[in-house]
Amino acid sequence: MIPLLGIPPQVLFGQLLLGLINGAFYAMLSLGLAIIFGLLNIINFTHGALYMMGAFVGWLLLNYAGIGYWPALIISPLLVGLFGVVLERLIIKRIYKLDHLYGLLLTFGMALIIEGLFRNQYGVSGQPYAIPAALQGGQNLGFMFLPNYRAWVIFASAVVCTGTWFAIERTKLGAYLRAATENPALVQAFGINVPRMVTLTYAFGVALAALAGVLAAPIYQVSPLMGSNIIIVVFAVVVIGGMGSIYGAILSGFGLGLVEGMTKVFYPEASDTVIFVVMALVLLVKPAGLFGKAA
Amino acid sequence: MTMMTERARNGTVEGSGMLELARRLLPFVLLILAIAAPFLLYPIFLMKALCFALFACAFNLLLGYTGLLSFGHAAFFGGASYIAAHTIKVWGLPPELGILAGTAVSTVLGLAIGALAIRRQGIYFAMVTLALAQMVYFVCLQAKFTGGEDGIQAVPRGHLLGFIDLTDSLSLYYFVLVVFLLGFGLIHRTIHSPFGQVLKAIRENEPRAISLGYKVDQYKLLAFTLSAGLAGLAGATKSLVFQLASLTDVHWSMSGNVVLMTLVGGVGTVFGPVVGAFIVVTMENYLAQFGSWVTVIQGLIFVICVLTFRRGIVGEIAQAFRLRPPEGKSGH
Repeated sequence: MIPLLGIPPQVLFGQLLLGLINGAFYAMLSLGLAIIFGLLNIINFTHGALYMMGAFVGWLLLNYAGIGYWPALIISPLLVGLFGVVLERLIIKRIYKLDHLYGLLLTFGMALIIEGLFRNQYGVSGQPYAIPAALQGGQNLGFMFLPNYRAWVIFASAVVCTGTWFAIERTKLGAYLRAATENPALVQAFGINVPRMVTLTYAFGVALAALAGVLAAPIYQVSPLMGSNIIIVVFAVVVIGGMGSIYGAILSGFGLGLVEGMTKVFYPEASDTVIFVVMALVLLVKPAGLFGKAA
Repeated sequence: MTMMTERARNGTVEGSGMLELARRLLPFVLLILAIAAPFLLYPIFLMKALCFALFACAFNLLLGYTGLLSFGHAAFFGGASYIAAHTIKVWGLPPELGILAGTAVSTVLGLAIGALAIRRQGIYFAMVTLALAQMVYFVCLQAKFTGGEDGIQAVPRGHLLGFIDLTDSLSLYYFVLVVFLLGFGLIHRTIHSPFGQVLKAIRENEPRAISLGYKVDQYKLLAFTLSAGLAGLAGATKSLVFQLASLTDVHWSMSGNVVLMTLVGGVGTVFGPVVGAFIVVTMENYLAQFGSWVTVIQGLIFVICVLTFRRGIVGEIAQAFRLRPPEGKSGH
């Protein structure tokens, strides 16, 4: 094969694929953050910890209950979603009337608790999670080797993101949700149970994070630190994309993953920081974010 | 930004005679305690607490008096500690110049990060500062001079102004105390200056401050830079006390730590961050052997603080002693 820009295509496409995978996780996490922020007006700092929890629940199911990857893909988000319901009902709902900053501090505290508990139990080293049998191996596309599992992750997250977008923008339930985001008091006056909707929205956003966690488990190792490592990058993604729109969150998630992958090819030293640099540039040029309304 | 509205008014309380007298005497009592302290307690512990107290006070200038929640103050604290450690150890600068160098760099860094961050408000501001600080963390992780995972170890304490031997813990303690008092004094002066009044106006009602003709962005940026510089002063001093600059100081958990100290002590109170810093540092000392439980307990304190006593310890005490009913919404 002919090298592109002095880079062998295997390397180039391999990194682009990795970037796309990272982007898939950014997209699913920032999507959840955006939905939660829309209705609860809270930046859910616990999101990273719950993503980690999703991965751990999958790992625990496999190791202690013998429940494999495919059921875990459903059970883990359900369990973590349920946990989210408890968190919202018991703790988060107490601060809706306060300034938004308290929401950030509260969820930060909850993230510390969850992460600390897992670190106590499982240490900081990662636990391996095997790729399910059906998705082992890969395809040789001629210009690159495509591992089946990675293709599946991209496909799955694309489906989930599109499905979520459809549910919010094109269904009646989504219309209620969008209306409640604009004006909860009015929607409640029309007889919709807004507090329950808030709870379910939080549970759904959290379940998305858990799903991303299970999907991530075979790629990265399952580690108590995986959540706090990713959540800060996702915050940057959210600042870049703006939280106003659903497709904005999805697009900027995938896009920034790609940017990160490209940086790994051309200037690997900057690959950890490139998203923050992009964020700084966006703040300079378009402070409200690429897809955001006014800040 | 009205987050700190209720507790900010503590400063203007006028009590009855006895209380007023106690309030006036308090700084002197504290000063005497601070001077006597190294004979009663372990000096290293005291110095650590003083450094964090200054750090928390610098942070409080931003959160408590300007209403800006920065989640990236570790960048200034840790960045300055690296610069001070490097200039003292490798360049051979005397301690006072090393600390000044660290403070200068963190001030410039604060100017740069602040200029970007003030382009967004509220929680976005917090997220931007967190992300930019994470960038500083990665730079520190990869840069050659920071020593990666090892950090910069065995920083010589040297001689202050060429003749005061800082390897002696007692002289170092009094040096740290002086640094703290200078920083604390500057913050106190800032809060009570006309500039500080404008900051409070911004905290209470930013659109109104704008409509009154204040260039809000400039005020915020100056407050941010000042806070970053003072956080750097604390970090640089800390690197001299522990003879160490490491990744812990630039990590996001350090940013969380300083938020916790300020929150526990009392956001927007003069002494709150000092009290909070002493509590958190003491707690870390006693709980160090329990590993990750420290994180869990810190998280619990966060949750409990936000849910039950948002004024913090000093704020709640001031509230309890308050004799006048709280002022109306129009105060200030």
